[in-house]
This record gives sequence, structure tokens and C-alpha cells, in this order.
Amino acid sequence: MSQPPRLELRPAPHVAKGASVERIMLHVVLALLPICAFAVWQYGLSALALILTVTAACLLTERLCNRLSGSASTLSDWSATITGLLLALTLPPSFPLWMGVVAGFAAIALGKALFGGIGCNVFNPALVGRAFVQAAFPVAITTWAPAYFPSRFAEFIPTTLTAPLMTPPDIGVWVKGQAVDGFTGATPLARWKFENQVAEFGDLLSGVAAASVGETSALLVLVCGLYLAARRCLDWRIPAAILGSAMLVALLFHLAEPGRYPPPYFVLLSGGLVLGAVFMATDMVTSPVTPRGVWLYGILIGVTTVMIRYFGSLPEGIMYAILLGNALTPLIDQVTQPRVFGAGKGRKA
Amino acid sequence: MLRFPFPVSRFPFFTRKTFSRGVRPDENKSTAGSPIRRMPFASRMILPLAQHIGKPAVPVVRAGEEVVRGQPIARADGFLSVPIHAPADGVVESIELKPSARGPWVESIVIRVYEASTQEVRWAEPRDLDALSPKELLQAIQDTGMVGLGGAAFPSHAKMSVPGKFAIHTLIVNGCECEPYLTCDHKLMREHPADLMVGIRIAMRATGAGRALIGVEDNKPDAAAAMRAHLPADGAIRVEVVPTKYPQGAEKMLIKALLGVEVPPGKLPMHVGVVVNNVGTLTQLGQILPAGQGLTERVVTVTGPAIRKPGDYWVPIGTPMRTVLEWAGVPDVSEREVILGGPMMGQAAASLDVPVTKAVSGILVFDHDHIEAMARRKTYPCIKCGECVNACPMGLNPCMLGMLAARREYDLMGSDYHIAECFECGCCTYVCPAHIPLVQQFKVAKTILRERAARRAAPAAP
Repeated sequence: MSQPPRLELRPAPHVAKGASVERIMLHVVLALLPICAFAVWQYGLSALALILTVTAACLLTERLCNRLSGSASTLSDWSATITGLLLALTLPPSFPLWMGVVAGFAAIALGKALFGGIGCNVFNPALVGRAFVQAAFPVAITTWAPAYFPSRFAEFIPTTLTAPLMTPPDIGVWVKGQAVDGFTGATPLARWKFENQVAEFGDLLSGVAAASVGETSALLVLVCGLYLAARRCLDWRIPAAILGSAMLVALLFHLAEPGRYPPPYFVLLSGGLVLGAVFMATDMVTSPVTPRGVWLYGILIGVTTVMIRYFGSLPEGIMYAILLGNALTPLIDQVTQPRVFGAGKGRKA
Repeated sequence: MLRFPFPVSRFPFFTRKTFSRGVRPDENKSTAGSPIRRMPFASRMILPLAQHIGKPAVPVVRAGEEVVRGQPIARADGFLSVPIHAPADGVVESIELKPSARGPWVESIVIRVYEASTQEVRWAEPRDLDALSPKELLQAIQDTGMVGLGGAAFPSHAKMSVPGKFAIHTLIVNGCECEPYLTCDHKLMREHPADLMVGIRIAMRATGAGRALIGVEDNKPDAAAAMRAHLPADGAIRVEVVPTKYPQGAEKMLIKALLGVEVPPGKLPMHVGVVVNNVGTLTQLGQILPAGQGLTERVVTVTGPAIRKPGDYWVPIGTPMRTVLEWAGVPDVSEREVILGGPMMGQAAASLDVPVTKAVSGILVFDHDHIEAMARRKTYPCIKCGECVNACPMGLNPCMLGMLAARREYDLMGSDYHIAECFECGCCTYVCPAHIPLVQQFKVAKTILRERAARRAAPAAP
């Protein structure tokens, strides 16, 4: 042997489970695709354009921030793609594309890059983007378009192509022209809050109610969430805690005053509760790591969501509930440290 | 394997005797089927004086002296130390510094082996163990040079010496062998159950334990059956099958699994009335102590993708790694990774000129493909997925500890996050999707904290 073989030296353990950040993120992207496809089926070209535009804005912003900070490209870890898809799913289908670009930029630049990129952000970037445009464009973000309008694959919703920095046109007349039965231009939550009308169970599930791009398909969201949980890319305890606690609180209110508070199914299926619980609150970076902390965080979000809906001035509360949960995550982690083996109650000897 | 999206062990109807959390790495125990084979003597044996935890042994031979197989060549230096015996007939070539697996050069006795050296152990004085008092028994155990053969290399007599304030009720015999790839304990249990029973009786007498429980993972049913066939009629020794899960073979985990008792932080098993010994240790003790011999060989699993003849071998202690690998057949390749011990806690060898010591339970050789796959993995910032928290058998928070280690907050790691409880099993690093070398950071932190504590204990040196 002319040259002795090189001996590799690396610390233990010398085997690995094979999990990786990019694989987890890729699975989340795959799980989001059916929801996006369903949204495109419902809302047509406008939804497709919105999803693509927002995601592209997120990716470009991520790349720009990489360049500014002098680091290598982080696009390959798929996290910016997730942010883009999720953000698009929380916007109304009629949302002007240029505002979508603003939302995408705010999500990545303010929500993620400013904190130091993947793993360092305090708040879910998609929700930061959504909160930003909710404050900046309060009218556009509460303008809803009907699902399944006949010409959805032939034309855009008029507001979609609003020129940048322009106020979108009123689409009330256009909506009337589409002749979609039962569409009221307000979300079920808003109708309940301001007109005290509770939508039918079937209407909520079928997706004809006014809603954000990805909000109407609760069943599909749950199925995709189950897929991720089975792949261990998602902590099943968080959606379980959120949905369970929200249902329980809603049930208590409903039993106390049935005329004033809607039944639990309405709370569960209206608005973005399921989408938020399954895909937003479970963002690993911004949720607790300890087992007890995870339950506490989920219950906190579920209860806060219902409280905002019932007693706040906004019809929907899941976004701010999750952002609040994100903010409390470091504290929750701090106070729910796991029990060290042999310490405390487990000791019998 | 079916994976549940929730921690199955939380639900009582799923649980059998085991501990919480942990991981299930691929077992890769391909060598389990074949019998143990014997390795011939190398032409030169290297015997480091410090193969055990404690003070190094003191040589009792000089260069040029002839030794026979089994002859003591170094004596124990005090209580926490053990003697060393010549593994083969030959002549002491030198006593000098030789490379060790950890890196530093250490004082070692080098023996040039006679070509005609026999496998017969010619230095032995059979003893009547029943005539010995427990104290004499412990001395006899020390004289064999026996240490924990599971990898810790803690002197066995010291482990069995129980201070008067502790009453030992149970001897736990650790046959879990939870490290992937390793099969040496498995085969000893299957092939030498009678010797194991002798060894268990010796340990029960030395510790005063009234009963013994042999814990064996459920991936070794043949070993459990072989041992059950040799159990004594009085029922003092029992075989308990536990689920296959890493690190089931860690002392505290096994005690929890078998007795449902958790050893408190910072305490030893004897605080809960238990002494744990490895099956390999007790099997060999059962062989050599009645015969009055010293520890001159051990079973080593030689395996891995780069080994042509994987198997378990009786390897004379002191055999150079290079000789073992040539015997087991390593292809001539440009790079390889040689690991001493199992893949989860074993250490990569920096040189092939180091000998097999009493602590080496396995030699695992990975090839280029594995090295490449591990090297290609990219390290990400922690994404706080919590997998490590769900894996840590000690109930620590490796995620938080890793972030503190990155900021060098070692004191905080010790005071608030119980880093001292980490026994470096590597579960956190095994599952980490961000590929952060957590356990390596923890080893560094523990070393630094130990140094700081030592400095505080001995202040104001002149």
C-alpha cells in the first residue's frame, strides 16, 4: 500500500435517523399543495395568480436578504416557500396582487430575516405578513369574492389586477353579475358577529361561504395535517389542543346562552381556525419544545381565539391568538421544563 | 415499522417494561447468527497500563523478561485500579509510550509473542470460592483484573464493593446490548450461560444481593431461552425480557424498566439498593475467577459495511487494531472510519496502531459511502422541533442546552438545566434534523464545568 488509508474522525453518534430540516420543510410544502389546488379549483385564476405571486415575492425577498447579509442561499431549505404558500392561503381570493407582494416582502423581511433567518424568528413569518397587510389595507383584506363563479378559469376577479399603489375598485357590482346563489360578501364569522346569523353546517363544509383562499376546506386541511403528523413533521398535540380547547369553550358558552353564542361546529369550521391550528401554530420555530408547554400553548391559542371572536372587535381571532402564543413561547418553554429523570414525583426508592 | 404520530409509551396499555423516550435506531446486528470465533495471537501485543477508570497499573516486569500467558505483568495501584496480565507467551520488549485510541501517547508494556505460544492459560491457581469471605472475594475479583466489559471499564471489584450504609437487594445483570451492530454480549449469553450463572452467583455473594434479574432485549429471544435453561432451581435468578430500545442498556434506564424505580439525579444505583453488572463481565468472571486466571482476552464484535468477514472474535487484549482488521478482512480503500464500541457512543480511532483494550466491545468499520453521507449533511440553525426533548431518556432539554452551549453559558447549563445528568447516549444528536452536534457540545460543557469545579475546590495554588 503506497499511502495509508485516511481515517475519518467525527464525534459520536456515528449513525443518524436521517431526518433533516429540508426534508421536514419539503413535506410541509407537499402537504400544502392539495390545499392550494383546491383553492384554485374554487377561485380560479385569481387564486392561482395570488399563490404564485406571494410565494415568488417571499422567495425573492429571502434571496435578497441572503445577499444583503452575505450568506449562502437558503432557498433550498423550503422554509420561504412554506411561508409564501401559507400567507397566500390566508388572504382573500380577490386580494390585489401588488398587495400580495407587499405581504410577502413583509413576511420574510420583517418576520424572518430581521431576526436572523430560519430558526431565529419569534413570530410565524406568514402571520407577520398577514398582520402587516391587515393593518395597511383594511378594506382589501375584507373584500370577499364568491367561490365557484362560472368564469373563474377565464377571467380574474377585477381587483386582482389592480395597478400597484392604486386603490382596488369596488367589486360589489361584479359580484352581483356573477349570479352565485347565497353569496353575501361577508364571512360567516362577520355575519354571525354583526348580523347574528349562524351558517349551516353543510354550507361551511362545502366551501361556498366567503373566506380566505385556503380557509374553506377544513376537511382537506385536517387530512393534510394527519399526513404530516404521520411523517412526524408536525406536532399533532398542538392542533389537538387548539381545536379541543376552542370547541370546549364554545360549547360552554353555547350551553349557557344558546341564542347568543353559536354551536361548537360553527366555531370550529368558520374562519381560519383549522388552517391556523394545523399549519400556522405548528410552525416548529415559534412553538414550544417541551411536552407540557406544547399543550399549554395550544390551549392558550384555542381559548384566546374564541375570546377574540366573542368579545373582541374583530370577527376572526386565530391570527392574533397565534401571534400571542408565539410571543409567549419562550416564557412557556421556560416554565415547563421537563422533569429530570429521577427527580421529584417519580422517585419511589 | 409502523410509526405512531404520538409517543406510544405514554399510553399504559401499550407499555411494557421500559423507560420513557429514547430512540430506535436500525439494529444492523448482522453478526448475531454465527458463533464466536477465536483470533490467533498477533506477533506483538501492546498493553496500556491505564485500560480502566482509576489509577494506572504499575509494571512488575522489566524489558527482556519472559512472560507466560496469564502472568500478571502490572499490579493494581491502590483500590481503584486493577492488575494487567500477559495475553500470550513471549518476552517483554519494552515499556514505553504508545499511541492510544483517544489520541495521547500512554505508557504501555509491549510483548513480543513467541510463535509457539499456546492458547492454554498457564498461569492460574484454581480457588475454592465458597471458602472466601466477601472481602476476600472482592480481592480475588480485583486480582483477575476484571473491569466493566460493556465499555465503561470501571473496576468490577470497586463496583461490587458496597459501603455498609447501603443494603443491596437486587443484582441487575445487563444483557440489553442496545447499541446497534454489537452482538458480543448476545453471543456470550447464548454460548456460555453456565459461566454466566457462576459469575452471577459470585456477584450476588460479593454484593450481598438476594436476587438477580437478567435484563435482555426482545431482539435476542435465543439468548433469553439459553439462559432460562440454565437458571437455578431456587428462583433467585430470573430472566426479564425488555423492549428493544436505545439506550435500554444504560444503568438507570434498565433499573427503571425492571424495578420501576428511578435513581435520583447525581446518585448511584446502590442508593436504590441495586448493583448493575454487564453480562459479558459476569460471564468472563464466571470463567476465570474459579480457575484463578487473569483477564487476558475478551469478545469483540468486528463488523460494519467495510468488513469482509464480520463476526465476534475472542481477541487477546493488547492485539493491535490493524491485526484484528486484517484478520477480519478490510478491503484496501482510500478512506474508512474505524469506531471503537458501538455507533451511538463509540469513538472514532485516530490510528490503527492502537491495541484492543479491556473497554473495546466492538470495532465498527464504515466505508466511503457512509463517510460521504454523514459529511454531506448540512448543519442548520435549531428549528426547535423538540425531537431531542422527546428523545432524551434523562428528561433534559437538549434544545435549550444546545443554545446555551453555543453561547458558552456553561454555568447556566449546570445550574438550571441539569447538564451533569447527561450520560452522553447521543439520542438528541441522532434525531436532530438540523444536524447539530449536541452531544459533542455537552461533552465539552461537562469537561469545562468539571475543570471549574476542580479549580474552585483547590483555590490559590502558590
